[in-house]
Amino acid sequence: MRPKLLGYPPDGGRSSAAAETGLAAASPVSPAIAVRGLAKVYQTNAGDTVHAVSHMDFDVDAKEFVSIVGPSGCGKTTVLRILAGLVGGYSGSVSIGGRVVHGPTPEIGVVFQDANLMPWRTVLANVMLPGEVLRLSRNECRERALALLKLVGLEGFENKLPRELSGGMRQRAAIARALVHNPKILLMDEPFGALDAMTRDTMNLELARIAVESGKTVFLITHSISEAVFLSDRVLVMSSRPGRIIETIRVRNQRPRGLDVIATPRFSEMVLHIRHLLEGEGAPASTVTLAH
Amino acid sequence: MPGARHSILRTLPTSASRLAKHAWPPVLFFVVVVSAWEWAARAGFLDPMVLPAPGEIAANVVDGLSSGLYIINLQVTLMQAISGFLIACALGVAMGSLTTLSERLSRALQPIVLALEATPKIALAPLIIVWFGYGMGSKVALSAVIGFFPVFISTVSGLRSVDPGRMDVLRALGARRWQIFKMVALPGALPHIFAGINIAVVLALLGTIVGEFMGAKEGLGTLILYANGNLDTARVFSILLVLAATGLTLHALVDFTRARLLFWDDADTAIPTGPGT
Ligand SMILES: Nc1ncnc2c1ncn2[C@@H]1O[C@H](COP(=O)(O)OP(=O)(O)OP(=O)(O)O)[C@@H](O)[C@H]1O
Ligand SMILES: [Mg+2]
Repeated sequence: MRPKLLGYPPDGGRSSAAAETGLAAASPVSPAIAVRGLAKVYQTNAGDTVHAVSHMDFDVDAKEFVSIVGPSGCGKTTVLRILAGLVGGYSGSVSIGGRVVHGPTPEIGVVFQDANLMPWRTVLANVMLPGEVLRLSRNECRERALALLKLVGLEGFENKLPRELSGGMRQRAAIARALVHNPKILLMDEPFGALDAMTRDTMNLELARIAVESGKTVFLITHSISEAVFLSDRVLVMSSRPGRIIETIRVRNQRPRGLDVIATPRFSEMVLHIRHLLEGEGAPASTVTLAH
Repeated sequence: MPGARHSILRTLPTSASRLAKHAWPPVLFFVVVVSAWEWAARAGFLDPMVLPAPGEIAANVVDGLSSGLYIINLQVTLMQAISGFLIACALGVAMGSLTTLSERLSRALQPIVLALEATPKIALAPLIIVWFGYGMGSKVALSAVIGFFPVFISTVSGLRSVDPGRMDVLRALGARRWQIFKMVALPGALPHIFAGINIAVVLALLGTIVGEFMGAKEGLGTLILYANGNLDTARVFSILLVLAATGLTLHALVDFTRARLLFWDDADTAIPTGPGT
């Protein structure tokens, strides 16, 4: 029983090699994320094929905040999962920090649509989980976790169980967890999708601040155009079937921005422009509403 | 049957005031039935060999307990049942885990498991006596065999229904398979596993009693057979009462352990698992 339990998965060696090299400094010239000619075809059980993504090319520079918007089912989650090393079997090349992706790497922190906290762990223990998986020093990890919980405004909730938190608080704990092993890159898949508009505003302000303060490269999927414009240096607009990038919009304002930029004409122009792009693609109205 | 037990235990009130409020209907019912029964027995409507008077049964319980007869035999029965139960839990969780860790092993075992699951395990009793003799071993083995399946099946189903989102959190960090097992799959499967364990504890007691029926020198099952042979129906009833109390106590112990381990599980519902025996 013992050897079986300790048996490494087929890709175990590879991901551990990635873990070690991940600590070495990446070459400063290569972008944080580089995607070239990415295409992904899913085979369904019924035997048909779904062209989820085709011919995608984009870069994300170090410390850049890039959002991706697009109609439901256009392949946003697929791209994120490929970047995270959770999905294989694609064509084209994906590299993180100048190295080709072969599987998950600790250089990345992922925030999923659901907080996915372990209900049997306290908030602090949940945030420390990546440290346990990656066998980081327990004390250092604990200190980082406490600091991050403070950063996301969860001071005083360290010893609560996830079920004692609100949805927004859980999502904030998930963000702290994604940052605890100090990844250079943060991937987020509609992290605030389940929140009401007011909480969402607050969370966006916090995210804008955290991204700049911690100097992370952020790749964010969202359904809210104004959220994308508010937070990002660049917004990638996708169309569906097959999923591809139809336009890239650069937002030049200095980050982090205050909520007042939302009232500027330039901001509404950009939002409207993206909205027209998506409507031209026949996106359902619900995916392009202005949440703010 | 396990479902029924759960509903009864779950509705047991916790505070004293609620106890007072909820306790009177069953108490009233009990008093009425027992009084009618006692009256019918005294009036000579009931053959004491078929249905002895409640008073006589109660006296028998007191007598059996104070003479030490029940205690000594209960110790033997409990020893065997609990040993079998613990073996069933350990093997059930271990085998269930191995099965889900290896897809090939899982496929190889599936037909055997399906066939064994459909077999009434009690039918193995004579064979187990042949293998393990008339001593303690055969009782422990029978309890273990009968208790194994619910634990095994609930472990497999629990580990199979791991939350994929929680698993992604670990996979995204490049976690190894056993880390995922230890940090996500097993804790998440515990509510399922405990549903199986709750069934196993009664089945283990059942296995021991049947084993004693097949032949033994000590134990409550042996006492029942003996009393039955002597047409001492009051004694049979009184031993049944002791067994019922034992079963309830074992359940309470499992529930206590469950509450300790699954403090985080707010969905405090029993998950129905595979068939008993
Ligand atoms: N595991 C899978 N197997 C088969 N098809 C899949 C799988 N995952 C996604 N798809 C298909 O690929 C396409 C893109 O899915 P994806 O989840 O990436 O979209 P999305 O842009 O994230 O959508 P949403 O905004 O609704 O979350 C969809 O048509 C979906 O049906
Ligand atoms: Mg998606």
